[in-house]
Amino acid sequence: MNEAAIRWISGPVLRAVTRDPFRIHEAVQVGPKGVLGEVIRLNGEEITVQLFEDGTGLKPGDPVHGQAAPLSVRLGPGLLGNIFDGLLRSLGGEGRDFLLPGRFVLPAGRFHLTPLVAPGRILKGGDPFAEARHHPDAHTFQLCLVPPDRAGEVVTMASRGEYADDETVLTLRDGQGRSVEVAMSHAWPVRTPRPVARRLPADPPLLTGQRILDCLFPVARGGKAMVPGGFGTGKTVLLETIAKWCDAEVIVYLGCGERGNEMAGVLDEFPRLEDPKTGRPLMERMVVIANTSNMPVAAREASVYTGITVAEYFRDQGLRVALMADSTSRWAEALREVSGRLGELPGEGGYPAYLSTRLAEFYERAARVTTLAGKNGSLTVMGAVSPPSSDFSEPVTIHTKRYVRNFWALDRKRAQARFYPAIDPIASYSEDADVLALWWSKQGAPAWTEQRRRFLTLLEEQIRLERMARILGKDALPPGQQLTLLCAELVNDGFLRQSAFSVKDRYASPRKQTRMMGLLTRFMDRAEAAVNAGIAVERIAALPVLRRLQRMGEDIAEEEYDRFDALEQMLEADFGALSGPSGEEKPS
Amino acid sequence: MTVQADLFCADAVTRIEGPLVFAQRRVEVGLNEAVEVIGTDGRVRLGRVAAVDETYMTIETLESTSGLTLAGTRIRFVGEPVTFALGPGILGRVFDGVGRVLDGGPPVAAKMRVSIDGAIINPMRRAKPEDFIETGISAIDTLDSLVRGQKLPIFSGGGLPHNRLAVDIALHARLRSGESEPFAIVFAGIGVPYDQAEAFRKSLETGGALGHTALFLNLASDSSAQRLLTPRFALTAAEYLAYVEGRHVLVIITDMTNYCEALREVSASHGEIPSRKGYPGYMYSDLATLYERAGRILGRPGSVTQIPILTMPADDITHPIPDLTGYITEGQITLDRKLDRAGVYPPIGVLPSLSRLMKDGIGEGFTHPDHPALANQLYAAYARTMGVRLLAGVVGAEGLTPTDRLFLEFGKQFESRFVAQPEGSRTLEESMAVGWELLRGLPETELARLSDEQIKRYLRKPAADG
Repeated sequence: MNEAAIRWISGPVLRAVTRDPFRIHEAVQVGPKGVLGEVIRLNGEEITVQLFEDGTGLKPGDPVHGQAAPLSVRLGPGLLGNIFDGLLRSLGGEGRDFLLPGRFVLPAGRFHLTPLVAPGRILKGGDPFAEARHHPDAHTFQLCLVPPDRAGEVVTMASRGEYADDETVLTLRDGQGRSVEVAMSHAWPVRTPRPVARRLPADPPLLTGQRILDCLFPVARGGKAMVPGGFGTGKTVLLETIAKWCDAEVIVYLGCGERGNEMAGVLDEFPRLEDPKTGRPLMERMVVIANTSNMPVAAREASVYTGITVAEYFRDQGLRVALMADSTSRWAEALREVSGRLGELPGEGGYPAYLSTRLAEFYERAARVTTLAGKNGSLTVMGAVSPPSSDFSEPVTIHTKRYVRNFWALDRKRAQARFYPAIDPIASYSEDADVLALWWSKQGAPAWTEQRRRFLTLLEEQIRLERMARILGKDALPPGQQLTLLCAELVNDGFLRQSAFSVKDRYASPRKQTRMMGLLTRFMDRAEAAVNAGIAVERIAALPVLRRLQRMGEDIAEEEYDRFDALEQMLEADFGALSGPSGEEKPS
Repeated sequence: MTVQADLFCADAVTRIEGPLVFAQRRVEVGLNEAVEVIGTDGRVRLGRVAAVDETYMTIETLESTSGLTLAGTRIRFVGEPVTFALGPGILGRVFDGVGRVLDGGPPVAAKMRVSIDGAIINPMRRAKPEDFIETGISAIDTLDSLVRGQKLPIFSGGGLPHNRLAVDIALHARLRSGESEPFAIVFAGIGVPYDQAEAFRKSLETGGALGHTALFLNLASDSSAQRLLTPRFALTAAEYLAYVEGRHVLVIITDMTNYCEALREVSASHGEIPSRKGYPGYMYSDLATLYERAGRILGRPGSVTQIPILTMPADDITHPIPDLTGYITEGQITLDRKLDRAGVYPPIGVLPSLSRLMKDGIGEGFTHPDHPALANQLYAAYARTMGVRLLAGVVGAEGLTPTDRLFLEFGKQFESRFVAQPEGSRTLEESMAVGWELLRGLPETELARLSDEQIKRYLRKPAADG
């Protein structure tokens, strides 16, 4: 093992002397407490180390132990349903109300193993060799994979039974005749993307259950989306809502430099919520990685890589994975801080010149793939961005925008009116929408593309007309334009607004969304015809059906499709009455 | 051979630059350990070890270095990070910015000594804050509720009554269950003028709260490096009162703007590369180490609730100080100069205010089942009013539709009857009743956030029913 002795220390950076062959990015443990760090610079006999934890009390002469490997995390069946810090160390354990720096080792988890292979079988990297279960007769299981960089012929395979997740259960003989030991879990360096057989085009949508996303700005499985927004615009609530209801099989929730109380909220709420598809607690499909804002900054820089490596590990099992990163701006700031301490030349906004490269590397790890074992898996990444002063022209926002395909901009005005999700329909976009139209038409919504286009045009028109009304007064607008304003308001209130805290409204299935879109389109058609026939806009605005449409998301639950039918009849009846005997004029 | 203990080191200082003292390292000393720098004048200056190498060390003094000499300056090593000696006797006492007794009384009998940096609360061991605190202020209780363990700053401006509001909250805050649990107030004045500090003390005394208050005063005349320690000493005291003594502690810190100014000053003296507006790049992380010390811990009885006050330079909410604070805290109460000028007290600007933890502490089983919908509808209506005002400013009230005119009236009433409360504090029920009353002035078709049931129950006069 490599050894060095501290020569100089200040804040989270230290320099140490050594004769041993340290490597760049090698993980190290420092001092008597074993504070974790990483080698960031080599210069002759001197190494520079950045600490991931508080180094109070360290002094010149204290030892630095190299771990002979780059910063790695242990991936295995113990991840699901648990919460970790930015370096993937469990936050569980009794009596740990406060986190202290240094070594803390939880005993390895124990799992029931069911072998899938027998001696003589040839295994490649990434092939599953066993199933791991919490209880011998649990229905849900996780696959145990051969590490991607290992392969060979099975020599021994442990029999059915309970094992620790770091215990050798499989031995292989590789091409050179060497013996390779494999446990249920394996280590992987976080900064290296896990290999795949092939990348596939991002295709079917990742359904979020949020109308404004699924219908207006959909994201594909294996896609990448960013959520920029100033403070208080609802980034965290939006990402949490997606984490709850999206149709991914595994969620990796990465709280990067965010609030501790929010993490407590997640831990309190998720175990009590049920997955709508499996009926199991939502927490069972989650991995939470929490680097709260008061934890050391260098660990924050690493936590993003930890999160995406964990997500890739589940993708390699052939699963649909979604990663929520809240917030990538804190990560970028950590990069800036570390870079500043190293005396690197600052670029735009003080960020290092390689900010853009790092962002690109991170988002490129999102993909739909064929895994090494030949299955299809996907990793969708959604990253929150917290632009200072809500200024979308700052470096993190503009560089991220270059690498993502979906831009979900949050708007302060909407948030202030408590209009959630506060996604600005004008500034946002989805490059996946064209591909996903095919999926919607297969689901029995052939008009999806056209209706989507119509909603978007309507909302854009609203902005233009409101500007005009500010000069002329609303009454001075011609009836057709007044109707446009009325319809836009209706689309906003009745469709785009969706309460994350209402049991009926928090999740909308594609079928409910299609039904609502259809009803609103029908309303617009009838209203336009009525106005063309000379009926005053005020009379349309006074129709009882309007309020019903505004509130249909909150009033009508999933599966109550007969109530949508009733609403449609009411709509037709209301318009019929308008042009009926009491109406002055008949439609042409 | 160097030894580590409580010992002195004389004539080791080689260079003094601003708050930094460079000295030869003759004793074994670790990073961040506390030292006392004693000049020939006999004055003791607190400091900490900022960097060490094999022969030298850099000490950051937390008080002015003025008057120090190279020869004759002694350094005393404590052998541990800066700590605060705490005991139940801290209540009712006044301390300076670094925890030294200031009221002329005897020293506090110490039960334990705690590092002022506090330990990181394990997010997994945090209890979710959900106990609604009634402050007696309608705009807060109804629209931006405060819960125990929350950090809810007041974004204010020079000349606005933020201090009065903070005292009002401190004196009226109570749980609705009416249970009397032990509570305490910790007040940290950072860079405050003497008269302001005195006014605070007086109003707490008049309110009968001084006996369970600990005051930490860093006056405007004290050194700026010391300002960085004041909130840390105060929060260490608060954590002690909460997690050891089991009290519910409300921490009021004023004024965080002075803290950030001091941070900028100290960072500049270290020669660090400045970030936005000259503030250091790590200001977010630094503020987080303070604000994140609010919370509750599973299985421990007490809680720490923070109300930091900051004055926004030039009333600019996008300035780095409010901006970074807003990204860390769980919402903000924003004071509005226009309302203040119109004589509205408390002048809470409702739209830019927010409480993120409100959803966990209100509604069925917490306050009132219809509380969330009412808050939502009031927000939506008031936001609409703002749009209408903008329109009216251009085309005049005559150019508005009849509905829009109703919103104008609603806005007026909302500010003068709901936000303003000349009669003093209100219970949540009283606040909500005013809210429903105001909504009655709007057409039902405009109230999309309320259910039919709610409209029927609260907004229709019995005669109009059915």
